[in-house]
Amino acid sequence: MAPSSAQGVPALEKKVFLAALLFCGALLALLGYAAQTLGVSVPGCVTNVKPFTAGELLEVGPGRYEAHVVARMWEFEPDVIRVPKGSIVDFYVVSQDVAHGFIIPGKNVNLMALPAAVAYAQARFDAPGTFQIICHEYCGLGHHGMAGSVVVTP
Amino acid sequence: MRIQKELRPVVLIEVLFPLALLLLGVYHGVVQVLCRAGIVRADGLPGMGYYQGLTAHGVINAIVLTTFFAVAFGNVVVSQTLDRGVSVAGAWAGLILMAAGTLFAAIPILLGQASVLYTFYPPLKASPFFYIGLVLLIVGSWVAFWSWIPAYRRWRQSHPAEKTPLAAVGIFATFIVWQLCTLPVAYEVIVQLIPWSLGWTAGVNVVLARMLFWFFGHPLVYFWLLPTYTMYYTMLPRLAGGKLFSDFYGRFVFMLFIVLSSPIGLHHQFMEPGIDTSYKAVHAILTLLIAVPSLATAFTLAASLEHGARAAGGRGYFAWWAKLPHLDEQRWLFPYLFMGLVIFIFGGFTGIVNASYGMNALVHNTAWLPAHFHLTVAGPVFLGILGMGLYLVLGMLGKPLAWPKAALSVPYVWTLGVFTFSTGLFVSGLRGAPRRTNLGLSYLDPSSPLYRPDWLTGEMAGVLGGIVMALAVVIYFAVLLKSLLAPASALAADEFALPLSEAYHDEDVPAVKNFFPWVAAAVLALFLAYGPPLAEVIKARYPGTPGYTPDSPVAVE
Repeated sequence: MAPSSAQGVPALEKKVFLAALLFCGALLALLGYAAQTLGVSVPGCVTNVKPFTAGELLEVGPGRYEAHVVARMWEFEPDVIRVPKGSIVDFYVVSQDVAHGFIIPGKNVNLMALPAAVAYAQARFDAPGTFQIICHEYCGLGHHGMAGSVVVTP
Repeated sequence: MRIQKELRPVVLIEVLFPLALLLLGVYHGVVQVLCRAGIVRADGLPGMGYYQGLTAHGVINAIVLTTFFAVAFGNVVVSQTLDRGVSVAGAWAGLILMAAGTLFAAIPILLGQASVLYTFYPPLKASPFFYIGLVLLIVGSWVAFWSWIPAYRRWRQSHPAEKTPLAAVGIFATFIVWQLCTLPVAYEVIVQLIPWSLGWTAGVNVVLARMLFWFFGHPLVYFWLLPTYTMYYTMLPRLAGGKLFSDFYGRFVFMLFIVLSSPIGLHHQFMEPGIDTSYKAVHAILTLLIAVPSLATAFTLAASLEHGARAAGGRGYFAWWAKLPHLDEQRWLFPYLFMGLVIFIFGGFTGIVNASYGMNALVHNTAWLPAHFHLTVAGPVFLGILGMGLYLVLGMLGKPLAWPKAALSVPYVWTLGVFTFSTGLFVSGLRGAPRRTNLGLSYLDPSSPLYRPDWLTGEMAGVLGGIVMALAVVIYFAVLLKSLLAPASALAADEFALPLSEAYHDEDVPAVKNFFPWVAAAVLALFLAYGPPLAEVIKARYPGTPGYTPDSPVAVE
């Protein structure tokens, strides 16, 4: 290909631009598929639950639980959440002081706990066992010890 | 065209001062990997606590070094390419403000009164000096930028038929992005945090503060990256013995970054409450569009390298790679830039994972994140700063490079280290290990009920990689100090100039000649992407939250 110095965008550059757009389009199509069809989405803005100050586990139906979790320096309340296997748990998480994190490795539960706004995620626990809940946002000197658990009973 | 002689002391200070601080930043990087893996089972090493050191590591390496270097490099590029038009008084004013700000922020960090990490999320509260220092640092960089604008105007008037030199386009794009994105964080720090940390206001709106921070936080990474992109587009082709394949793509990519860098920050907040999913989805789409300038860059740079290698006798589809100056002592800057590009391939692809909406639930705030951004900011950005920093210091002083073989080894040793480090942290991150956490005191302590043996392998690889990275830095400083001890040549200093490339495809495309339409598009995109979520957060009137210091669960009075 010869060097050029005319007006306008050269043909090869146009083709590369098109290829880059197609690549992005393919990625976006996959994200749309995951969100719409597989339900792999992100937490939204919860407006029907006001920030709460006490943690509790509520049984709202057969095999259905609501966990209201308060994160504070440096513990979760409740720190152990016991549910039978096969349960679906709705987690509502709020902080009473600084920003905290709330991740359950092995489940798609990964939230930021903030004061003033409630975070929400849902998970299904099919197999018995213990799942750690880990604070993954730096929250002060005791951060590395801030953890809880979900105990799934047989 | 040479660089203004009066700028030399400014540039030298702007490179050497943050490099000296970097020694502390790197030292604490090593302390962190040792603590995380449980090899050191303590709150850091004596003299500096773990989270205090983590704050210093982030502030020095990611804010102070990068900002000082961008300004230093900008001074050189503008002086060389825009008719020696930098205002020397403006350059000094910028430097003094930035240095004062750094000292203001450093004192509370060293005293342990600002262990809030470099993201300083409220309601964790630091000493007011920390926030005031950050403001001075940013304002100093603004002053430097403003002092280049008259040079650009004069150059355009006196060269009406010419295209603006590409290196200047890169630097102006860098600082236009910076100017736009630092306004919201300036609001957060000046209006929300400083009065609150002084005790003048009782509470801070945490949800608003976080949104303003991430309005700034993602374009910040392009502010880090674009000076290195400028080196890639304007110097790497010449160092490879060739020409820039497409001048148009260089301009187009810089203009696209002005538009796309900022309206995407919510992808850092995918997992947060208070923000509707529709806004998050819009930002996810815009974030993925960043892949367009990145792929265009990958194409152009690969084509430029091939052009140089074929001119040197390279053959075949892939064999031409061997003809690049990987070990050429005369062109020792080449591997600093080239290895940065190699690292960045992996930084880019893992970045796509982070941006991919629901997939973020797997990796958000885990060790995956530092593994990713050490392949960007501690990859191309850091190697660009090390290489160009050394190049500028030696050039301005007119000193020869001591120990060229050692200088050549630095980017390779660093690459080995950072790949090992990041591979380890990718693995432990995917298994749920949190970032910014002293794991050795809990999750990687076999006597703790929280013990997670499945994270150990990854964190041990992190230790190995961290030590190799530190070794590269030690070699680098040995070369730098040895070179500084050599006698200077005034003639060589007067002759010094950046090795700028010519273009192979040099079309004249009017759409990328002028910044104005692209800046207007950027402002419009910001209003569309941030207007609705910001309005919603303001309308929700979240109550103010009192401050907390990191050492106590009791709110500060």
